[in-house]
Amino acid sequence: MARHDHELVRLSAAALAEKLSSGEISAVEATDAHLDRIAAVDEEVHAFLHTAPELSRRTAAAIDERRRAGEVLHPLAGVPIAVKDVIVTNDMPTTSGSKILEGWVPPYDATVMTKLRAAGLVPIGKTNMDEFAMGSSTEHSAYGPTHNPWDLERIPGGSGGGSAAAVASFEAPLALGSDTGGSIRQPAHVTGTVGVKPTYGGVSRYGAIALASSLDQIGPVSRTVLDSALLHDVIGGHDPRDSTSLTDEWPSMADAVRRGDVKGLKIGVIKELDGDGFQAGVLERFREALDLLAANGAEIVDVSLPSLEYAIAAYYLIMPAEASSNLAKFDSVRFGLRVNPPGGGTVEDVMAATREVGFGAEAKRRIILGTYALSAGYYDAYYGSAQKVRTLVQRDFAAAFAGVDVLVSPTAPTTAFKLGANTGDPMAMYLNDIATIPANLAGIPGISLPVGLAREDGLPVGIQFLAPAREDARLYGVGGALERMLEQKWGHTLISQAPDLAPGEMNAAQEGAV
Amino acid sequence: MAAAKLMDFDKALELFEPVLGFEVHVELSTKTKMFSDAPNFFGGEPNTNITPVDLGLPGSLPVVNGEAVRYSISLGLALGCSIAPSSRFARKNYFYPDLAKNYQISQFDEPIAFGGSVDVELPDGRMFTVPIERAHMEEDAGKLTHVGGATGRIQGAEYSLVDYNRAGVPLVEIVTDIIYGAEADAPELAKAYVATIRDIVVALGISEARMERGNLRCDANISLRPRTAPGEPPAPLGTRTETKNVNSLRSVERAIRYEIQRQAQILADGGTITQETRHWHEDTGTTSAGRPKSDADDYRYFPEPDLLPVVPSAELIEELRAALPEPPAARRRRLKQEWGFTDLEFQDVQNAGLLVEVTSTVEAGAPPAAARKWWSGEISRIANARSAEPASLVSPADVAALVTLIDSGALNDRLARQVLEGVIDGEGTPQEVVDARGLAVVSDDGALIAAIDEALAAQPDVLAKIKDGKVQAAGAVIGAVMKAMRGQADAARVRELVLERAAAD
Amino acid sequence: MSEITQEQVAHLANLARIALTPEEIESLTSELGSIVDNVAKVSEVATADVPATSHPIPLQNVYRDDVPGATLTTEQALAGAPDHDGSRFRVTAILGEEQ
Repeated sequence: MARHDHELVRLSAAALAEKLSSGEISAVEATDAHLDRIAAVDEEVHAFLHTAPELSRRTAAAIDERRRAGEVLHPLAGVPIAVKDVIVTNDMPTTSGSKILEGWVPPYDATVMTKLRAAGLVPIGKTNMDEFAMGSSTEHSAYGPTHNPWDLERIPGGSGGGSAAAVASFEAPLALGSDTGGSIRQPAHVTGTVGVKPTYGGVSRYGAIALASSLDQIGPVSRTVLDSALLHDVIGGHDPRDSTSLTDEWPSMADAVRRGDVKGLKIGVIKELDGDGFQAGVLERFREALDLLAANGAEIVDVSLPSLEYAIAAYYLIMPAEASSNLAKFDSVRFGLRVNPPGGGTVEDVMAATREVGFGAEAKRRIILGTYALSAGYYDAYYGSAQKVRTLVQRDFAAAFAGVDVLVSPTAPTTAFKLGANTGDPMAMYLNDIATIPANLAGIPGISLPVGLAREDGLPVGIQFLAPAREDARLYGVGGALERMLEQKWGHTLISQAPDLAPGEMNAAQEGAV
Repeated sequence: MAAAKLMDFDKALELFEPVLGFEVHVELSTKTKMFSDAPNFFGGEPNTNITPVDLGLPGSLPVVNGEAVRYSISLGLALGCSIAPSSRFARKNYFYPDLAKNYQISQFDEPIAFGGSVDVELPDGRMFTVPIERAHMEEDAGKLTHVGGATGRIQGAEYSLVDYNRAGVPLVEIVTDIIYGAEADAPELAKAYVATIRDIVVALGISEARMERGNLRCDANISLRPRTAPGEPPAPLGTRTETKNVNSLRSVERAIRYEIQRQAQILADGGTITQETRHWHEDTGTTSAGRPKSDADDYRYFPEPDLLPVVPSAELIEELRAALPEPPAARRRRLKQEWGFTDLEFQDVQNAGLLVEVTSTVEAGAPPAAARKWWSGEISRIANARSAEPASLVSPADVAALVTLIDSGALNDRLARQVLEGVIDGEGTPQEVVDARGLAVVSDDGALIAAIDEALAAQPDVLAKIKDGKVQAAGAVIGAVMKAMRGQADAARVRELVLERAAAD
Repeated sequence: MSEITQEQVAHLANLARIALTPEEIESLTSELGSIVDNVAKVSEVATADVPATSHPIPLQNVYRDDVPGATLTTEQALAGAPDHDGSRFRVTAILGEEQ
């Protein structure tokens, strides 16, 4: 592999885009560099479920052709992007990490794919995930777990561990994720990358295979805050195919990053997410970041959201309830797997056998839990009550945002745990999402960006900012500003400290790299 | 299956009070489906009018058809309902191969319309008020074809084929409250109620309302309550059955009558009624047991998270209310007067379920008396012979065209009956059938005069009688001429000419 | 402790059309019991005066114009089907009645 390629894959999307626009490199070169990188490291990382090198090269070549013809292209045209396998693509299989959809090529594109393609980004593959986005570790993928590039023995987070690991291991500068209870932000936290869950309705859900319709949101995954903002500007905006899509005119998120300043910003620290159950090294880095923000003019205050105590409980009723209904369509009739029971059987038997074989343990667990929460005689106590807790959580946020501009917490209680450490205890696994779930219940936007490595294990720690609904730009402002302060203090990016996955090929220059 | 024992209807009514309830599904005639922009059209090649939404493909999302909401509000208002200030869609979860998502998007605890009533006219002209509990919006399912086995029915089939063209077609389900007091009129009331709903949706222009095509479907609930002696408290309600698949007005009446007689016999024999769905069989005029209601019917309704509340403005509701057509009862009074029908004539039309057809035929240009004559006469006769609904045989426009041909003298009644058969057999419009079959009456006087002169010459005695002023004697000559013309002559014109020629001779 | 029984889990599996093995029913019964013990606390604060929230961002009257759009071809529709006859999806015999 040419030395040139190693430099290319380390570039941020913004830096790569500049070289593409200036003609210094071609989209085919950018694509090849990332495909080569995938070939070199993905056997170990397993971020991708599917790549289509020829297809990606053809897409890139078409971009180069248009650029040569003098067409004015979107600034990100030619930049490769990895796509979480929860998003339907009409030219690559889409499985949502499940056996039940193995090999399925949808006859249509998700709206975010249409937007990506219109902007000229180059999809380079589909990334691994917990089956139907149910998990915090990718260990529930039907196709085997993804490994954390910082320590291959550890989880990359979930459900979007594939997208986070892909950007963390320089297989792609950008990726799409989906966040139902933290599936973008928690993987960002454990992989030292950036992930954003937009305001509910800010990005179209059309073509995102639903886990929980009232909680799901597609969002950007990247190594820098600016890159997420650039991607957000591409995928955001109203879509008439998604009834819950907001019709708002959105400001440029990229501009918000560039202008980002914390001077005079009032930041509320969520008391309920700052202490018990959080790893010491996580809290240490978190507090350092707060100090840095304060030193740069932000006002840090404590804020209490008492209903958060009930948020996980509400989430683990609403999410499985909606999921149990959303996953009913996987029945072996129109698409996907069909399993005929021994000796044949009626269509009811075939459906039940298919779902028994096609769904993994976690999917079954949540379907049964959700079916229970909705069933006659239990609805009011469980689903109905959870919807009321949702109101209380929203009220808590509204009260908090009356006094502060943004809220802040560590993104997750611990750094990346070892693969297999929590698989036997569903409830322990569910607690990973304690800091991220409230934003999904309330529909508000959240960002996670790296703030350093935990002292005890040398693994990445993320900080989460939350803003009121529709104020995504505020997150990009504070995120961009904090990222600049941290990198100035460190003298390097955090991701540059990640171990070298392919030492034979790596000796990249650091200039312009992240 | 052994035929069920039936109690005599009058005897059943002596012992029991029938208690009714109806669920009528109306398919709306919007241009697109309820939640997708697929054309609202089925029939045709299977699986052609579908989008990812109708197929329930992973990732697809529903979006509400605004026109369907307006149609539903209009229907709610026409049923005398209140329109909910806010209503919601809900998912009804159950697995069935014709249900693409394995949940139906419907409305549950917050329907768009509730609390109305419909005045229904019984065959003898008495009015009966049917209370309406609610009307709600939902989507239709796909269509299953059962293959193998003897009957084409679900039992014994080897496999089934699914066509999702109908999946997502907009429906309004109209649910009555419990209907008491129908007594011996129960079968007629059932039929008159469904006919009234049909009249309402046709007048609103929101549905094709063709029962034979499933645009309008009725599920009939019935239970029997034992009568108690005067002064005693009423007996509790009996167990009900729900008869499905009742696809014509005639069947609605027959099915209710059958269920009353069947249930009465079981109860009188000391048996119990099973709460179950029953399937109506048009061919045998019986019902058979379907699925028993059980705790498996846990539909786990919950608010559809992919859709938002429907909150119609007061302005919209008033706008739609102002545009409502005349209520059916008032409309019937007006039509009866405009058409100059006697009470009996009008009731005949109405009881035969032909009001819509006659109205449309008159609107298409036919005189009311002629429209009634054809629909109640020849068309109904053929329909009866073929066990079909008159409306399914021929369109009002064709009947009006037929009447116009008669009035212009181009057809006589005998020829017109032949033309009608041609139209019913799919040979085209009346004019096309006339042309193709060469059925027009001979209007060339020259040809008629030649035939008349020949006939008069052959029957000099008749000619003499006519000349003597015995005009009725002309019948023999007219008959001979009509025979010579193979019936393709206007008998009235022939008579005129016969008298003319006889006088001139 | 929660009151979830194996019979209940078997019933839920039937509603959800999953042919769970007896071993799965056994383990799910205990897992579900522990999860339900943890989540049941929602009812502590869900008092009658608190309205339910089903959509995070309140919107209403989101409608589509009644204008036909593009449809799938039959070929596209059937492409992912486990079994079909060229124009329709094929399923094995149905036990139940017409719905």
